[in-house]
Amino acid sequence: MLKRWMQAGFVCLLAVVMLGANDSESRFNRIGHQMMCACGCAQVLLDCNHVGCPDSARMIVELRTQMAGGGTDTSILNWFAAKYGATILAAPIRGGFDRVAWITPLAVFFLATVGTGFLIRVWKLRSVQSHVGDGAVHDAGLDAVRDRIRRETEY
Amino acid sequence: MQQHPMPEFGSFTLLLALILCVYTLVVGGIALWRSRGNANDSTAGRLGETARRAGISSFIAMSCAAFALVWASFTNDYSVSYILHHTNRALPSAYKFSALWSGQEGSLLLWAWLLAAYGFVLRIRHRVDVRLTAFASVILAGIQVFFLLLLNFAAPPFAIQPGPMATDGFGLNPLLQYPEMVIHPPMLYLGYVGFSVPFAFALGALMMRYPGEKWIHITRRWTMVTWLFLTCGIFLGAHWAYSVLGWGGYWGWDPVENASLMPWLTGTAFLHSVMMQEKRGMMKSWNVWLIFSTFLLTILGTLLTRSGIVSSVHAFAQSSIGEWFYGFILIVFAVCLFTFFKQKDHLKSENKLESLVSRESSFLFNNLVLLAACFTVLWGTLFPVLSEYVQGSKVTVGAPFYNRVNLPIGLFLLFLTGIGPLLAWRSTSLRSMRRNFILPGVAVGVTLVGLMASGVDRPWTEGDNMQASLFSLIAFSLGAGVITTIVSEFLRGAGVVRTQTGKNLAASTLLLVRRNTRRYGGYIVHFGIVVMFVGIAGGAFNQSHEQEMGFGDEMKMGPFRLVCQSFTQDSNPNFETEYALLDVYKGGKKITQLAPEKRFYIASQQSSTVVANHSTLANDLYVIYEGKNPDTEKPIIKVFLNPLMNWIWIGVLIVVFGTFVALVPNLTRTVAKAPVELDAPIDAEVHHA
Repeated sequence: MLKRWMQAGFVCLLAVVMLGANDSESRFNRIGHQMMCACGCAQVLLDCNHVGCPDSARMIVELRTQMAGGGTDTSILNWFAAKYGATILAAPIRGGFDRVAWITPLAVFFLATVGTGFLIRVWKLRSVQSHVGDGAVHDAGLDAVRDRIRRETEY
Repeated sequence: MQQHPMPEFGSFTLLLALILCVYTLVVGGIALWRSRGNANDSTAGRLGETARRAGISSFIAMSCAAFALVWASFTNDYSVSYILHHTNRALPSAYKFSALWSGQEGSLLLWAWLLAAYGFVLRIRHRVDVRLTAFASVILAGIQVFFLLLLNFAAPPFAIQPGPMATDGFGLNPLLQYPEMVIHPPMLYLGYVGFSVPFAFALGALMMRYPGEKWIHITRRWTMVTWLFLTCGIFLGAHWAYSVLGWGGYWGWDPVENASLMPWLTGTAFLHSVMMQEKRGMMKSWNVWLIFSTFLLTILGTLLTRSGIVSSVHAFAQSSIGEWFYGFILIVFAVCLFTFFKQKDHLKSENKLESLVSRESSFLFNNLVLLAACFTVLWGTLFPVLSEYVQGSKVTVGAPFYNRVNLPIGLFLLFLTGIGPLLAWRSTSLRSMRRNFILPGVAVGVTLVGLMASGVDRPWTEGDNMQASLFSLIAFSLGAGVITTIVSEFLRGAGVVRTQTGKNLAASTLLLVRRNTRRYGGYIVHFGIVVMFVGIAGGAFNQSHEQEMGFGDEMKMGPFRLVCQSFTQDSNPNFETEYALLDVYKGGKKITQLAPEKRFYIASQQSSTVVANHSTLANDLYVIYEGKNPDTEKPIIKVFLNPLMNWIWIGVLIVVFGTFVALVPNLTRTVAKAPVELDAPIDAEVHHA
């Protein structure tokens, strides 16, 4: 029953994430925030407020023209990348080696989580073993020494 | 031949400081080496004392060097190349002072001076533990030598400008001419440099196989103060970016911003995991590597700022000093690695984790999440370099990447902040879990349902901002859960004190906090973090609009109506300015007048914006003067409505307060009854534990 509820919850969450209005102004905002301004201010195109910026106004016009031309988000971004170079995209999204940028943090996080789980399991097993073996006597003696050290070096 | 007494004095004191630090490093090292087998070796003791005094003197020499540069700035001594390039006569006094850290050479001098100041305090307080402090002092001297070599040979701040002396300087970068810029870099540097001290203690304790965990107690305050400085530095920088850069945001994921965030994340992980070592003797190797990594990341941050290996609005021009930093990082890493493997047996854990559902495992996961966030930031920062190496072309890794990857990690961290305090050390029973989690769980559910029902957050109708608003909904709900946890922890503890003492609730809470400042100070810090998360989550609902505004023109933005009253221009010896006067109305009533401004700095020939901001708890009305339309001669005004922005800054203030509370000693202190005897049996047993 719990599993069913979890599945239902997941589907609802997915629906919420996937649904959404897609009017042209919000699309303009979305694409405009996926590109950098070419003026070198290191800001996202729609956030560039560089006084007298020689590029942002022209790029915004180009973006509107491309959108009016009926291109998809990807084709518009590709058009800008072809014209201004790959650094115009605010994130690595061209496929190929760019995918490594996205996969690596997730892979590292996943491996670290699995590794931590494994570590905890190993520790637990060792903890159980040390309580049944002859090491328990030895550990008790060491524990006393360590407790004494900790007590006496309390700051 | 022209005489330059003050710059020459500055150069001389830098050289003197280098000699003194080399003396501290070499002679201090010899003294420690000689006293290895015999702690009572009087020659070693005397040598060690001279090394300590040389270290103290290096601070005086460094202070003289810093004074000489400030003096040159205030006296408009343009014979000094650094002063010529970073100041001008019309520059206000505060910025003449801040010119000390506005360029590469000056900021390296500040780094070295702060390091000398930390070293001074450490060496003065050597009686806390003479031998451990001697180790730490020698390690600090090694770091000082590196920075002084840079200052003396690679980036000298007192270099003389060839040719006749200029009559005026080129001026300070306009973006740095803002009051916060006078305190943001020193704060950040106090944080960066400060991590050298716990690093030196950790490495020293490992080198000398220090028995027990006293070194952690000694460094705890250093680490917390350093962490506090870094926190303040980071958020002052964020506030500066928000107030000065005029793009409506406060964090742009610029490589240099990232460089400051990385040691903060590992430092935060260290502050948490070190508790496991203190309480249960666990995670010793982990903690040692956390503090090593934190120090190495501070140096990496300085390398990123100075070398120009990554594109950044902060990075100074590419220079050869990057190679020095590579060399230093390699040497430090090699020393850490060698010491770690040599003394590895000293770091064996005294206890093992007994349950997955325990305070220890929550700390472990907390560390995991913080390090995952740190890795993501490091990966994103260095990926353009990697991409250039692999593909032959650079890519940009900007806000969309970091937001997408780090937002879930941040929310998981918020979740752990809520559940960590509810778990017991060693193991938590199912019954106590049920009892402890029910209230925060209800708070999360009620907030979630309440927000969705009241229409405060409708993630399915927000179009392009949909995912961001969904994340904010989760953040608000988790925040409610964490706050409930914190409040219930306070109330539960205060209830016990109340029963014991018969005092009222407020007095009982105060007494509770004073009895365990570290724990409850920590909870206050967590509360501050939640408030900051709420502020950050508010960013999902930002709105902006741009419009030309002549006399009498109006603009609507959320509940506000802006009316242009006038626009004009002005000038003073430092800059020329254009600004608009805008009346702001809410509900038909005038609430304030804003004056967004654009300045043109005469000396540096650069422009900058001055943001006008009407800030309340609910939202910020953030107005920028973007310039004039050359066709109509009317100003172009851009307005942002940023909800909950103030919560971020209030959250930071709460974090600062909480850290101060945690730094206060407990009301009832545990006093050592007898000094530890470093006799062979205990030493040997600990080593082989």
